[in-house]
Amino acid sequence: MRKVSRLSHFNIASLALGLAFLYLPILILVIYSFNASRLVTVWGGWSLRWYHEFFNDRAMIEAAWMSLRVAVSSATIATLLGTLAAVALSRGERFRGRTLFSGMLYAPLVMPEVITGLSLLLLFVALNAERGFWTVTIAHTTLTMCFVAVVVQSRLGSLDRSLEEAAMDLGCNPVRAFVAVTLPLIAPAIVAGWMLAFTLSLDDLVIASFTTGPGSATLPIRIYSEVRLGVKPEINAICTLVIALIAVVIVIASLASKLSSSQGESAAPL
Amino acid sequence: MTDELPRTDAAAGAAGGDALPAGQPLLRIEGVAKSFGTFRAVDGVSLDIKAGEFFALLGPSGCGKTTLLRMLAGFEAPDEGRILLGGKDIAQALPHERPINMMFQNYALFPHLSVRDNIAFGLKRAGLARGDIAARVAEMVALVKLEGLEKRKPDQLSGGQRQRVALARALARRPQLLLLDEPLAALDKKLRESTQGELMELQRRLGMTFIIVTHDQEEAMTMASRIGVMKAGRLAQVASPRELYEAPRSRWIAEFVGDINLFDAESRLRDGHRLVIGTRDAGTLVVAEPREAVGAGKLSVAIRPEKVKLSRRAPVSEAGRETAINSLDGVVADICYLGGTTTYKVKLDSGGILQASVPNSARLDVDAYSLNQHVVAWFTPDDCVVLSS
Amino acid sequence: MSSRRIFARPARFAAIVPYVWMVLFFLVPFGFVLKISLSQTAIAQPPYEPVFDLMAGWEVLKAAFAALSIDNFKLLASDDIYVFAYVRSLTVAVTATALLLVIGYPIAYGMARLPKRWQAVAMVLVIVPFWTSFLIRIYAWINILQHDGLLNQILLALHLVSQPVVWLSTDSAMYIGIVYSYLPFMILPLYATLAKMEPMLEEAAGDLGAPPWQVFWLVTFPLSLPGVGAGVLLCFIPIVGEFVIPDLLAGSNSLMIGQTLWLEFFTNKDWPVASAAAIVLLVVLLVPLLLYERLQKRQLEQGR
Repeated sequence: MRKVSRLSHFNIASLALGLAFLYLPILILVIYSFNASRLVTVWGGWSLRWYHEFFNDRAMIEAAWMSLRVAVSSATIATLLGTLAAVALSRGERFRGRTLFSGMLYAPLVMPEVITGLSLLLLFVALNAERGFWTVTIAHTTLTMCFVAVVVQSRLGSLDRSLEEAAMDLGCNPVRAFVAVTLPLIAPAIVAGWMLAFTLSLDDLVIASFTTGPGSATLPIRIYSEVRLGVKPEINAICTLVIALIAVVIVIASLASKLSSSQGESAAPL
Repeated sequence: MTDELPRTDAAAGAAGGDALPAGQPLLRIEGVAKSFGTFRAVDGVSLDIKAGEFFALLGPSGCGKTTLLRMLAGFEAPDEGRILLGGKDIAQALPHERPINMMFQNYALFPHLSVRDNIAFGLKRAGLARGDIAARVAEMVALVKLEGLEKRKPDQLSGGQRQRVALARALARRPQLLLLDEPLAALDKKLRESTQGELMELQRRLGMTFIIVTHDQEEAMTMASRIGVMKAGRLAQVASPRELYEAPRSRWIAEFVGDINLFDAESRLRDGHRLVIGTRDAGTLVVAEPREAVGAGKLSVAIRPEKVKLSRRAPVSEAGRETAINSLDGVVADICYLGGTTTYKVKLDSGGILQASVPNSARLDVDAYSLNQHVVAWFTPDDCVVLSS
Repeated sequence: MSSRRIFARPARFAAIVPYVWMVLFFLVPFGFVLKISLSQTAIAQPPYEPVFDLMAGWEVLKAAFAALSIDNFKLLASDDIYVFAYVRSLTVAVTATALLLVIGYPIAYGMARLPKRWQAVAMVLVIVPFWTSFLIRIYAWINILQHDGLLNQILLALHLVSQPVVWLSTDSAMYIGIVYSYLPFMILPLYATLAKMEPMLEEAAGDLGAPPWQVFWLVTFPLSLPGVGAGVLLCFIPIVGEFVIPDLLAGSNSLMIGQTLWLEFFTNKDWPVASAAAIVLLVVLLVPLLLYERLQKRQLEQGR
């Protein structure tokens, strides 16, 4: 049956404008990162000068390395914990403390970062923990595991429960049924959860500012202190590199999840 | 097609169909009940199923038939009662511990596994050797005629093919009992009818015991050797399809299985082997005395539409008068042409409506009655069933 | 035992580690915030001693409790700076959320009406900017909005203005930044409900004689309210506590509460006041937070 298009001009215009609004600023930033001129506003031709500058900026490189390490480790721990939490919430039925558990998992999704950051710092101070890589990693894990839990839980919730029943009917105990059937089917959501956790960690300024110690700044902290002093072309180059890194992660992850399952349905982040 | 029948694996074990003592049913359900909250989904069901039977659980949605099936599979545990398989109580056994397999309503095929891996899934869990698994999968693929599709994923199959994979997967472990939960509900009418035949053929050939859950009475009648009709968590009647249709035990069953004319009795009188029953809507009806004694409660007289004959005048011969002892005058109030038959609604002079289903035996409508035409509807005492409400 | 129950037992074991983690790193820290917020400024001065020492025994604990005071909260209530900061935070959040809804709804609606294949593409396109760094996106706008930035260059070239407009350090810049950063959070839940909606409903309303605008107001919009609720909460709550965007894009003469908290903490090193500010912020957000929780739960736990 042929259908009359339901798209009005208004629909198309709002879509186009919306996407332009979302993409133009990033595009402009990327283009200006290749600007040879020191003046951000004057186009001085194509150049990789600011990338050189960045690679010679030891403090920046160190911060980037710190951020990368934190992002990978916190995303990995968060994916593990978040997936466990999602399994407990979507398959655990009712258990004691469930309301508190889900409350603790959903609240950080919207909790202002200043509150989360401050409270974690006070904990670390109380525990006399040396602040640096591990405190930031723990803080980011706490935040991002909630995002992972939501992404994985929504996939688990949409999964047909009779698949697990079929696995049990065919001789699996519950744990084996989960490993043989459920896990492969939610794998794309787990991958998406890891990516989300990775980028959130790489992105975070506020919580990292509270929980890190002297001498171990993350990339956003460095960028922030530079930006406060005004626009510097080098920042454009760093930002472009971060965007490129995230793009690569997204592409690899989506390819991986496409290869691992022919499932049409993929979990949307959030 | 393999000639070698995949016998139930459990034939080796004590609980196998062959090993059963004579007369002992394969499956015995004893006073099984299950509640969800305050709702009693299954309310004291007892039932014996013999090895090799094709049994159908029939009932409207919410009658508890699926819950009963899920208790047999182990997805629900009964609150009360026992489920004996080959004499052993399995009521509390986990699904993976039971020699029973199920074909799910939506097939529940694993979307990430190929046809072959879906069928092999249960075999791997059973710890079969690789060679044996491959052989059994090939056997199953041939059995359900899926050759050449082994490497496909479920989403690359048609509905009918998916149904076959689900069947093959459930049969692969050679269960003692195969449960089928509305196995044909997702297929269109034509495919459903041909699949019904194939399922019956398969069941006969494998000599396996099937229990099917369905809400479709035609499907149950066609396939099953015995039908259990469920209503509100209880078994209303367990009988062969013919008995269920011709001798329903209650008014509800009579109405649930097929179409029926029902007339409430206002008076009754014994006349030899017959009862003479006065009704408000259809006058006085003479019916054969039921086999089981009727109680003192309210009675109704039931006649299937196809048992009712129509003619322009009442039969006049001696024999004719005897067969047409129940003969009612009326006018045709509604005509419903159904192809093979035509259903007439006759407005009786006595006030009621009587449905008569007349075969269209001639292509040209020479015998057809027209709207508002005066007709005589008649039927014999043996065609009537007396039901106590 | 039902199959769900069979699954539930091992699934509950899965809760143990994340449960302990969240109690330790999410719940317990609030206790410290509360404790510090009730401390005298002098006691809690850096170099940050451990706030509680449970090993020290009951007497010390009692002394600690005796030292609690609500002075910091009194300060917050009496000092105009803080009161203004809360009021401003709420005003900004309400305005920005309204802007987001007005801008996000048509985009989500357009997405939901795309052919199925394109919907997936559009969704990815909306999500991708969300994956790129938040800070970078704000920074991108500084590039554009600065005195001799792209926006002013374009405006001058088009002769729409005769002099460069001051964009940075204004509320307009802040709103642009907030809308830009939070737009995906508004679009995605809206799109999710709109895409699920049966197109036949709109057709039926049209068939029954409703002109398009009535179809929208009487059918489409009411049915999309769950999505509107989710989008609004998802944006409103974090915007109230927003720090980076107002700090980088808005002027410094009126602060939002997130900035005040940051300032007290990092610049004035007044931890007790910062903690008290956090507690008040939490109390202000309690109702929307609980609403959001219920929404999340309904969405995730009762299936779709």
